[in-house]
Amino acid sequence: MTAARSPGSVPLVLGIETSCDETGVGIVAGNRLLADAVASSVSEHARFGGVVPEVASRAHLEALVPTVHRALADAGVQARHLDAVAVTAGPGLPGALMVGVAAAKAYALGLGVPLYGVNHLAAHVAVDTVAHGALPAPCVALLVSGGHSSLLLIADVTADIRPLGATVDDAAGEAFDKVARLLGLPFPGGPYVDAAARDGAADAIAFPRGKADDGTSDFSFSGLKTAVARWVEARHRAGEPVPMADVAASFQEAVVDVLTRKCMDACRRTGVDDLLIGGGVAANSRLRALAEQRCAQAGIRLRVPRPGLCTDNGAMVAVLGALVVAAGRAPSAPDLGADSGLPVTVPVVGAVAGAVA
Amino acid sequence: MLLLALDTATPAVTVALLADGEVRARSCVLDARRHAELVTPGIRVVLATAGVRPTALDAVAVGLGPGPFTGLRVGIVTAAALADALGIPAYGECSLDLVADGTPGVTAVVTDARRREVYWACYDRGRRQDGPQVGRPAQVASTLRAAGVRRVVGAGAALYPAEFGDSLDADGPGCPAPERLWALVAERAAAGAPGDALRPLYLRRPDAAEPAAAKPVTPR
Repeated sequence: MTAARSPGSVPLVLGIETSCDETGVGIVAGNRLLADAVASSVSEHARFGGVVPEVASRAHLEALVPTVHRALADAGVQARHLDAVAVTAGPGLPGALMVGVAAAKAYALGLGVPLYGVNHLAAHVAVDTVAHGALPAPCVALLVSGGHSSLLLIADVTADIRPLGATVDDAAGEAFDKVARLLGLPFPGGPYVDAAARDGAADAIAFPRGKADDGTSDFSFSGLKTAVARWVEARHRAGEPVPMADVAASFQEAVVDVLTRKCMDACRRTGVDDLLIGGGVAANSRLRALAEQRCAQAGIRLRVPRPGLCTDNGAMVAVLGALVVAAGRAPSAPDLGADSGLPVTVPVVGAVAGAVA
Repeated sequence: MLLLALDTATPAVTVALLADGEVRARSCVLDARRHAELVTPGIRVVLATAGVRPTALDAVAVGLGPGPFTGLRVGIVTAAALADALGIPAYGECSLDLVADGTPGVTAVVTDARRREVYWACYDRGRRQDGPQVGRPAQVASTLRAAGVRRVVGAGAALYPAEFGDSLDADGPGCPAPERLWALVAERAAAGAPGDALRPLYLRRPDAAEPAAAKPVTPR
């Protein structure tokens, strides 16, 4: 069933991502990015102030095959030349994941190629190889998005990922969304808070830095969100205007201060000199700037993919798929399913131990 | 002509391979929570049993529901992706039509819509006269009684014996039979008609409400 690849050639891999509100389809030849097609349903969620799982799942079903067509056209390749299909098997919204997983399994069957169910978080790390080459081993990775905030120690993105810490409550991106709503800014909040903060003073208001100095690599953003809400409400009650730019800048500073401090601590504790930042919040301009500054001071090499590769996309899934194929790992079992709580320690799902693709 | 037919609108994950209308192989697994895991393995088993390669298929057909959304989408996207990979058309039909048999007289098909509701449609000798719709069992039962429907089939009716018990034909079909898709799509497939858009029959809007104003967090 599996098509043989000519020896020495790089694998041509299709990647499908449907874990949240972006239907992403990417195509890579080894670590060369050929296509990165994304259909987003974000505008359909905006009026609800957050991603509505059923709305996202419906949008994935409608967008999936057309997005595959767009990716193939962009890459200038034909489906029958693909060597493998990779898909996000988790973590993410269960109903949304299932659309991608079912589609990927059917494409793999129809094309007669192996299928790899991969981890969304590992894919966010792997995507940097198309931007900046092979990952240093080991490296520390910070993944920050609307659904995740994790620090990871990565020895091999296809096989050995260890969690160092994660948020104990809200994800960093979630805090941006909630504060944006308090300030009357649209969803998703990240880009709007970032823009508003440019005209404000980051030290105008001393918002709390939860868990900043607790010696762990865990995060907490729920208390910060509440502190911002209280501060804004006090202004409203006093009949005073809310200085939106200062609130946005001071809130944003509190988030990125803690994120970057925890990154520096994690690198020091693990003795690792390479830091990678990924996920949608990695598109935040202040996070990128402060991370660069602190890494330079600490002698740590920093890698951040361009913003378009930080948010959810199919290219990252294709990239991880290609790395998994190149590493000779076994394809996922035929009864691969979606696992909304897939642990980050499982970069490839359901591979039979010892088997070779 | 080789047609692969499947349906995932109910807890039954069903696949059939038909050659010129004859069932060559079929698979049916009951598991309401594992549609995504089971449907492609079901297709693989059916193809292997019949000794047919995927590339030999001429068309794919799928039930479009109504049915619980998550499982329903799995079957539809599987059909769409498989057909796309093979460069063949995919056709869709109402899943309740795959439960209706050709029994003379008027029959209603009732399936489980969860949330204490049912999906239903009415048939005369297998031809749909009314539906598909979704509703509360008591309301649906009284609508059917008023319309003079005396025979009800389908797994949804068995779930509500108080409402459908007197008209339930317990020996009638319970879940969709994908081989019935042959009669519904063979003509189009033989004529080489382009595939359908495969839009699920959701019959319900997404369950989402626009948020009210944020609650204050400051204690008064």
